[in-house]
Amino acid sequence: MSASEEKTKEVSEETAGKGADKSKEPSNAGIIFIFFVLGLGVSIMVGWILFPKVLYSQKEQPFDFNHENHMLMVDNGCQSCHFFREDGTFSGAPKLEQCIDCHYDIHGGSEDEIIFHEQYVANNLEVPWLIYYKQPNCVFFSHAAHVINAEMDCRTCHGDIGESTSLPVYEYNRLSSYSRNIWGQNIAGLKRNTWDRMKMSDCSDCHQRNNVNQNSVQTLKGPCFVCHK
Amino acid sequence: MKLSRRCFLSFSLGTTVGITLSPLPWKITDDLSIWTQNWPWTPVPRDGAYSLENSACTLCPGGCGISVRKVDHRAVKIDGMKDHPVNDGGICILGASGLQYLYGPFRLPSPLKRVGERGEGRWKNISWKQALTEVSEKLSEIRSNGEPEKVAVISGKKEGTIACLLERFLTVYGSPNFMTPSTVEDSYEAALHLMQGSRASVGFDFENADFVLSFGSGILEGWGSPVKIFQAIGKLKKDGSVIQVEPRLSNTAAKSDRWVPINPGTEAAMIMGVAHVIIREKLYDENFINTSTSGFQKYQSLVMEDYSPEKVSVITGIASSQIVAIAREFAKASKPIAICGRGEGRIAGNVHETMAVLALNALKGNFNREGGLWSVPKPDYIKWAEAKPDQTALEGLEKGRIDGAGSKEYPFMTSLLDRFPKMINEENSYGIQALLVSNANPLYTMPDTEAVKKAFEKIPYIVSFSSFMDETAQFSDILLPNPIYLERYEDVPTAAMYKKPVLNLTKPVVKPLHNTINTGDIIIKIAKSFGGSIADAFKWRDYETCLKETLGAQWEILKKQVVTEDKNFVANSPALETNAGKFQFVADDVNKSQNSKAGIPHFEDLGINGAAGNFVLIPYDSMPLSTGYVASAPFMLKVVSDKALYHQDTVVQINPETALILGLKEGSYANLETSVGSARVKVTLYDGIMPNVIAMPSGLGHTAYDDYMGNGKGVNINQVLGVVEDPVTGLNAAWGIRAKFSKA
Repeated sequence: MSASEEKTKEVSEETAGKGADKSKEPSNAGIIFIFFVLGLGVSIMVGWILFPKVLYSQKEQPFDFNHENHMLMVDNGCQSCHFFREDGTFSGAPKLEQCIDCHYDIHGGSEDEIIFHEQYVANNLEVPWLIYYKQPNCVFFSHAAHVINAEMDCRTCHGDIGESTSLPVYEYNRLSSYSRNIWGQNIAGLKRNTWDRMKMSDCSDCHQRNNVNQNSVQTLKGPCFVCHK
Repeated sequence: MKLSRRCFLSFSLGTTVGITLSPLPWKITDDLSIWTQNWPWTPVPRDGAYSLENSACTLCPGGCGISVRKVDHRAVKIDGMKDHPVNDGGICILGASGLQYLYGPFRLPSPLKRVGERGEGRWKNISWKQALTEVSEKLSEIRSNGEPEKVAVISGKKEGTIACLLERFLTVYGSPNFMTPSTVEDSYEAALHLMQGSRASVGFDFENADFVLSFGSGILEGWGSPVKIFQAIGKLKKDGSVIQVEPRLSNTAAKSDRWVPINPGTEAAMIMGVAHVIIREKLYDENFINTSTSGFQKYQSLVMEDYSPEKVSVITGIASSQIVAIAREFAKASKPIAICGRGEGRIAGNVHETMAVLALNALKGNFNREGGLWSVPKPDYIKWAEAKPDQTALEGLEKGRIDGAGSKEYPFMTSLLDRFPKMINEENSYGIQALLVSNANPLYTMPDTEAVKKAFEKIPYIVSFSSFMDETAQFSDILLPNPIYLERYEDVPTAAMYKKPVLNLTKPVVKPLHNTINTGDIIIKIAKSFGGSIADAFKWRDYETCLKETLGAQWEILKKQVVTEDKNFVANSPALETNAGKFQFVADDVNKSQNSKAGIPHFEDLGINGAAGNFVLIPYDSMPLSTGYVASAPFMLKVVSDKALYHQDTVVQINPETALILGLKEGSYANLETSVGSARVKVTLYDGIMPNVIAMPSGLGHTAYDDYMGNGKGVNINQVLGVVEDPVTGLNAAWGIRAKFSKA
């Protein structure tokens, strides 16, 4: 065999080798696709399931509270305890003074009632309730404008809390420190009910839908100044 | 299966797509943007029920009503009380800063006992029981040694139940030494006594006047009751006019219709010059002069002889034509008022100058009538059973006052605090063993700080009732902190220079933040611990009971509406209680042995101390700088001009000509030296001050409180100012001091 023949043989062998690699290609692509799907799956799991768990931390309310029970005993619905003061400002969560108007003594004897009396009434301490729908400090929000002027139902923003028999778990955002109820339970920010989310866009959507004055009443400036004074 | 680089890339791609399809990036972006704006130190007001509670301010003698805005039980803002007769909704910078005194870290948290050297700042917390026992034992020891006169009180308040309780305690204990800081009001009181025979305060009806001729009074710089004066002068300027005669272009001068620059300290000559023109041109109220005055002839001859505009012009530096013009304007006005008292009236001044102002007002008969000068009777609601001092006390009281008030030399004076340090230091007095200080900070506010400190060093036991760690508290042996005015009840019976008697009640709008006890309660407790005649004079269970009983029917009214004013009050017209029932141009209750003119209004060159020095240093006051018991709050220091305080340096004003001669430029440092002390200051060039005169801001240079309250900021002007005794009253008449001034 001449030198040139040998060369030709080597080349043909190399070519044959390449032809053999090509025949394995489909199975490699499959592996690569599997990795793609794996990455996709892991990250979707992380993004939709793990991330919310890491982002939100849970806090215990000082003790449990039965709204339904109280609603049956009061005459004026929610406003019996969450009332408007004489100057039109909203009282929010009731103060100890209000609670002991009725609970001057231990009623019933449930575990929560005992905690309330022993830890708070006895020491004249306010109950540090965690407020689910508390808007951030930069937001000016008037209950009077919504409940009295616009005659909105409490349920529109607060849902069925008035009918609940125990308090939901309070979750707060580790980064922003806001209550989870502001962004809403759905991590994608989707909502079914009006009370599911309380972000800025929810306020402005409602204001636009109901054709509310788009300028601040106090400063006569544009829409931003309705809530951000 | 072989893991290749492609697998890894594929996994990454899958992750990226997956993450993008999850809410993570959008949610985390939103949260991060919020996180970057939520700083833990951003103050967030607590939510709660809003309420307004009215009370009275006691930070200065202005007698204003305040409305405290509260959120739940926390005070968050102080405004002026609407419809209050003195300030009607207005408030000054000091009053508006009240909350900083409430919440300030310089408050005294509990009774403290000194453990280190005096002024070292080492204290020990003690119980109230121990504190009161220690003070009682100390006072008891001095009294049992037969030296009750050696206990003195310095009280920032002259009137009201706290001052009266302190004075009553001293009386039954056996000491006559109840002293109060003097201001121009004391000089007015002395002048009213000499010329009208009345024991009254002076009040001015600026609201109804049509012309105000002010001889150096800082009517926009804290003189009188500042809010009232601001409101009244604002109204007056629309229809009438204000002329300011003052050596320096102050805020008042700048806002007046005319500023008349004058040689410092010669205001009395100008007053007499104006009187000269009015008499010469017969522009005075003849009817008033003929029917309601005495001694006019003597006054007239002195005025005509010594105070022609030409002569006055030489003394004052004001052109004679201008003196004539001002006199004519004053005489032409239907309700003109002339006032004196330099700056905010911190320094009492020469009584002959005050008398000259009263005489000038008398020429127009503008007394006790609308738009004029009123004699306001002293409050008379405190009607306690007379205290009965026992033999020991009577012997102590007979020793006479250490400051010389009420002595042959100063017969009608009731307190001469500015003489107190001198009397202690000169060692020709009986000395003081224990000093109680209430609502006052003499170690900062009294002229010649070094002499005051030296005197205090000689007093073995000093008790301070201050609510704050001020200069005097810092130098005391035991501190018995009083709750501040927002936490306590107290009657406030005065409103400086206000035309009608008013009575305010300050009340607790918040619960006391610290372990404090009202000074009134402390006095009652200490008195009771003595038993005998001392305890008998303090039958009240506590201070609130005392106040309630004292005010009687007014208690409930005052609790509800904070203030009572006799709206129909009209001073007897004219309120002249002299023997002849007339206004006396020439006072008879004056020791004339030293000066034949004593008792007649005249210009008196008392001389200001400091032998050496070609310069004259004059103090000036301003609204953001408090010169009294309480130091300027941080809110106030924020608005002090850098022409008064530059970083840590006091800035003095000098004329550019003076600067040129001394080789000084704007911002240069200079050394200021007087016979009393020296200071390193910064210089600012100001055309509004005459050559060779240096104007220095008062109210700076605290050495107590904390950094935010002006500790170490600038120089306390009292370190370089001295005392000049007025020959008739003994009050401090030093309007300035001679000084050496050179480039540093």
